[in-house]
Amino acid sequence: MDTIRLEIDGRAVEGAPGTTVLQAARSAGIEIPTLCDDDRLEPFGACRMCMVEIETAGGRKRVVASCVYPIEEGLRVWTKTETVVKIRKMVIELLWPSWQTYAEEYGVTSSRFQTGIADCSQCGRCLRYCAEIKKENRIYFKGRGVERRPALVEGAELSCRSCGECFTLCNSGWIASRY
Amino acid sequence: MKRLKTVADLEKLRAEAVAQRNAKDWLEVCTGSGCLACGAEAVADALDGEIEKRGLGHKVGVRRTGCHGFCEGAPLVVIHPSDTCYTKVQPKHAAPIIDGLGAGEGPVRDLLYLDEGTGERIERLQDIPFYRHQERVLLGDNVRIDSSSILDYIAVGGYGALAKALSEMTPESVLHEVKKANLRGRGGGGFPAGRKWETTRNAPGEPKYVIVNADEGDPGAFMDGSLLQGNPHSVLEGLILGAYAIGAAEGFIYVRQEYPLARKSIEIAIEQAREYGLLGRNILGSGFSFDVVIHRGAGAFVSGESSALMSAIEGRVGEPRPKYVHTSEKGLWGKPSCLNNVETWATVPHIIDKGADWFRGMGTEGSKGTKIFSLVGKVKNTGLVEVSMGIPLRDIIFKIGGGVPDGKSFKAVQTGGPSGGVIPAALLDLPVDFDELTKAGSMMGSGGMIVMDENTCMVDTARYYTSFLAHESCGKCVPCREGIRQMLAILDNIAAGKGREGDLEILEELAEFMQVASLCALGQSAPNPVASTLKYFREEYEEHIRHGRCRAGICTALIAYEIDQEKCQACGACQRNCPVDAIDKSEAGVFTIVHEKCIKCGACLKACPAKFGAVVKVPAGAVLRKSAEEIGLAGTSR
Repeated sequence: MDTIRLEIDGRAVEGAPGTTVLQAARSAGIEIPTLCDDDRLEPFGACRMCMVEIETAGGRKRVVASCVYPIEEGLRVWTKTETVVKIRKMVIELLWPSWQTYAEEYGVTSSRFQTGIADCSQCGRCLRYCAEIKKENRIYFKGRGVERRPALVEGAELSCRSCGECFTLCNSGWIASRY
Repeated sequence: MKRLKTVADLEKLRAEAVAQRNAKDWLEVCTGSGCLACGAEAVADALDGEIEKRGLGHKVGVRRTGCHGFCEGAPLVVIHPSDTCYTKVQPKHAAPIIDGLGAGEGPVRDLLYLDEGTGERIERLQDIPFYRHQERVLLGDNVRIDSSSILDYIAVGGYGALAKALSEMTPESVLHEVKKANLRGRGGGGFPAGRKWETTRNAPGEPKYVIVNADEGDPGAFMDGSLLQGNPHSVLEGLILGAYAIGAAEGFIYVRQEYPLARKSIEIAIEQAREYGLLGRNILGSGFSFDVVIHRGAGAFVSGESSALMSAIEGRVGEPRPKYVHTSEKGLWGKPSCLNNVETWATVPHIIDKGADWFRGMGTEGSKGTKIFSLVGKVKNTGLVEVSMGIPLRDIIFKIGGGVPDGKSFKAVQTGGPSGGVIPAALLDLPVDFDELTKAGSMMGSGGMIVMDENTCMVDTARYYTSFLAHESCGKCVPCREGIRQMLAILDNIAAGKGREGDLEILEELAEFMQVASLCALGQSAPNPVASTLKYFREEYEEHIRHGRCRAGICTALIAYEIDQEKCQACGACQRNCPVDAIDKSEAGVFTIVHEKCIKCGACLKACPAKFGAVVKVPAGAVLRKSAEEIGLAGTSR
């Protein structure tokens, strides 16, 4: 299979077709912050923490989510530009105080928003893990828009306690607080 | 045997259908949603009854058609071939209408459109100002067709473009013609349809799919629903042509659950097209085979987004997925899938029939052809209009729409639905096309056009759309879900008179963030209602925040009702209509509003006879000031 060559933060990086920018960056030891990403699961593209700036070989410049953007020949990627940092700060602020993993690094100490997100940041890792790895589908997203919440499938309470693996995946302790 | 095996079969059937139609006069009753709601079915039944009673069945027929467009005049009846257009028809008019046919007593004057300007009655449909300034390429046939009759469609030339393509053109030349026409997608973004088709055609992977997006859900929009209901075969013919050009054997029509009439109409159309061999194996003997499946939506606005729509057809939750690989390359079940909206597909037969050059003859440099808009809100002639791209906004609203009713002044027009924005009076001469609307901070969207008068509050408008999106976003990505949540909280505060300095800057920062960082087009465009009202009506936001004033008198926290004692005749109508007993009557017979109890519903204002005009709406601040004056604290209030 052909190897694709690209450049991340000025460094030459290689990867197999189908590799995402996030994977390629990690394999080269370049850290990009993530929330909803989990290398055992399908990319989700929801939290937008991993956004990076790119310029395609054709000269098109964009800001993209690196976890779902496949690498391409001649792609140039910048993982920590001013635009990208601004986006990450806003994501942290919008999810405040439920998720603070990168708060210190990005200098966020509080949020300007009045209605904070106290519990679930909706990274979806619990339910994706339950569906993709355990093949159980006991948790799902209920509702949509601002009312969207993870919820147990009706009747699942009785059978799903045995595993408990989603507890350790939960960033915000939301799952634990439900038991 | 109905099945058409060759193009010659189709032309023979067409000649028969035309002859059958020409043998009679037709009373074309609009049975679009608006006219149905105003009693069109009873009108059609009355006309049928009258014809039967007089034994005129061999000379006159009633045709139940799709939406004619002029909803303001509902229910509508048009006479064929004279084009006499009757408005606001009731069942009791059946007899006089039939008396007036042919060499009879002439048209029923009272039912003809009355031109307010000249005071004259206008007889023919095409002479009514509402229709005169339109270019009804797609909608024109709605008046002439019973959507449940494939013969009607064939009689007006239907499936002629398909016959031409299958017998005279290669798939490549069909694609070339659409590309040359520069047909841009009518569903929102305006992406060139030909380029999308080509991508799907050239993308590796089989089978390939073609899809109709009929998930029209913008508030105030009913273009696609009316087209699909009124002329379903035109959409189907466009889809078949697309499938031929792209090399697809299967298509899907995604119809939203809330459009039962449109769904029924397209179901019947598909059934008939199969019977006649216009769908299925070896269409018109060309060797080309294609069939269609209808997929019913489940009530989610976001499912109109292409990747979400395809997820829904696959049987999964209608949630957008990242589209760095386009759905035209990897869509439905990972296969190349070409999705266009109803209007785009319905335009295709016209392009193939009359040629790309004809199509390019209409419109502007970047936007060719015509576009359908649903013109609603504070406008005299509510309805469905089709105009050449590039027509000034002013012409749509004033020449076609007749301007703002009740002597009010025009304030703004909202285009593009929740993804669009408002355009102020200063930009009324803007030529309407994809690029100009985007430049003005709004967008074409699917073509909703909501006219707003001076009594519209722009903070409230932004709040309405943001609240719509708060419930219709899928909620998957942080920028859209949390961005909308915080925008709405800030707008709620501003409308409640609790806005703070700095709120507008935060709204702008959020807007910019959402535009760049959201996963799909819904989130990227979600801040447009806020951003565009801020751009053009910033002072209104500032008035709310700094002075607690809503100049349109809409934000209830910022207004109050008062009774002008000079004008009050003590009739008591306000008190009787107040739902919360917030109006007191003193022993001397003086009525006053108890502000602590008042919920500001406005029932008293409506109840007060116009000749008195004693109940008035005032800024909430004025009430506070007055009470302060009354207790001798003038100048210290607020």
